[in-house]
Amino acid sequence: MALLEINNLKVDFQTQDGVVHAVKDLSYTVEKGKTLAIVGESGSGKTQGAFAILGLLPRNGKASGSVKFDGKEILNLPSSQINAYRAERIGIIFQDPMTSLNPYLRISRQMTEVLEHHKGMSRSEALAESIRFLDAVRIPDAKNRVHMYPHEFSGGMRQRVMIAMSLLCQPELLIADEPTTALDVTVQAGIIDLLVDLQEDFGTSIILITHDLGIVAGTCEDTLVMFDGRVMEYRKTLDIFENPQHPYTQGLLAAVPRLDKKVDRLSTVSYDFMASKGVA
Amino acid sequence: MTDKNPILQVRDITVDFSIPTKTGGLFGGHQVLRAVKGVSFDLYEGEVLGIVGESGCGKSTLSRAVIKLVQASGGESKWMGKDILKMTPTELTALRKDVQMIFQDPLASLNPRMTVGAIIAEPLTIHYPEVSREERMVRVAELMEKVGLSSTWINRYPHEFSGGQCQRIGIARALITRPKLIICDEAVSALDVSVRAQVINLLMDLQKEFGLSLMFISHDIAVVRHIAQRIMVLYFGEVVEIGDAEQVTMAPEHDYTKRLIASVPVPDPKVEMERREQRRRLRREAAAAAV
Repeated sequence: MALLEINNLKVDFQTQDGVVHAVKDLSYTVEKGKTLAIVGESGSGKTQGAFAILGLLPRNGKASGSVKFDGKEILNLPSSQINAYRAERIGIIFQDPMTSLNPYLRISRQMTEVLEHHKGMSRSEALAESIRFLDAVRIPDAKNRVHMYPHEFSGGMRQRVMIAMSLLCQPELLIADEPTTALDVTVQAGIIDLLVDLQEDFGTSIILITHDLGIVAGTCEDTLVMFDGRVMEYRKTLDIFENPQHPYTQGLLAAVPRLDKKVDRLSTVSYDFMASKGVA
Repeated sequence: MTDKNPILQVRDITVDFSIPTKTGGLFGGHQVLRAVKGVSFDLYEGEVLGIVGESGCGKSTLSRAVIKLVQASGGESKWMGKDILKMTPTELTALRKDVQMIFQDPLASLNPRMTVGAIIAEPLTIHYPEVSREERMVRVAELMEKVGLSSTWINRYPHEFSGGQCQRIGIARALITRPKLIICDEAVSALDVSVRAQVINLLMDLQKEFGLSLMFISHDIAVVRHIAQRIMVLYFGEVVEIGDAEQVTMAPEHDYTKRLIASVPVPDPKVEMERREQRRRLRREAAAAAV
């Protein structure tokens, strides 16, 4: 049985200008211990599709379809029930580490809070466990750094803290929403390597959401390409890169400047482009 | 390239920041942080010079220091033979017509209470007050079309535009005074892959059409190599390598440049997996050496 099974997921937003269909039809499965990349540009619905799993949609958002986690339907559960899944079984890393950490609290308090609440640990146990996880995400001198505030960390270190926090309860599934977009290329490589190592060490399944096909290549077994709320291509990562079938995937691949190939002009995949291919 | 004249000659420029020491208290001591350490380079007419390095290496500070947006503590920066660092305020104002900037955060660099038309027209209003209002609006509309925005949007506000469109507004604002040099400080880093490709293509087209010189700053050496003819690699405020873009990326001399190149993801699963194994081995060796 697959760990996560999503069928015909739809997400609609009620706005002043009418209903916006952010996710029109999304289906995929994630097996235990496997990794899936969801690739698409901003507005493709990749983030809202993931937020719907954990009931994190804004108030005007409405999800329908089916999300089965470990065999149980969890879509649109009341918060009293979905809370048992959040953090404990499904962890999430948000794009911007500065806005998702509380600036007023030390890292230690933000981490121990999770363990005290979900695992019923004492403060000192929780602190020891927090340090262990900061070590695991390769934060040097974790023992002392744990008592610092978020602003005392660099962007890359803050993202490591976020990853450590999301792993605290050792969730079976980790959703990483653009974990490296706000970071330098050099730091990005480190974070992606770290995610892969952690996946191997802890056996966590990972959904990696990104707009950059480049970082997916060496990371995930399966790749799902989204555009305009729909699935364009969903196959083994190896196959997608070797022989991209969909014009959108081909365009997305050619939009990134590469060091191993010289092109005069980058391809762009806009709505016009998609319309010309008869998709949008 | 070499038959042209350098429009900007930078020699041995140094920037120091004074930061309070942690233990010093309110009236306590200061220590000096040298962000840029004696950097020299030439920028030619119509040339695109790429500046790469990771965050904190001083690339933004350097680009601001050479046009006196931050105070350099030493060296010189000659614009057409005249040292910018010694210019009077009047001379500096005149310089700003010729040198414009495009910033990283597309939305944050636009005034939210001004219409797009007013934002793009502002440099013209300041530097060429003799241009009539009608003429100004004609030029703004022309430029909007040129950067791929509909001129019917002239009265809209920045929040009504997407990130890529905001960056186009920033580009139009930089172009309106017909500058000779534009400094692009991480101008495409905040954009999605496909929008980024559009903006890069636009910048390259405009550069050719107007014969602009560009200082193109980015942490992504693949992007820099695509757009620039020469690349300068900065590391802790020092130039570790400068040269032809192909040469720097294909046959890097310095270890740091090699590291930068190694961190750019290659969209090929087999290559990428090998490279990750390699990085992992290096990390293990480094850890073993540290113990």
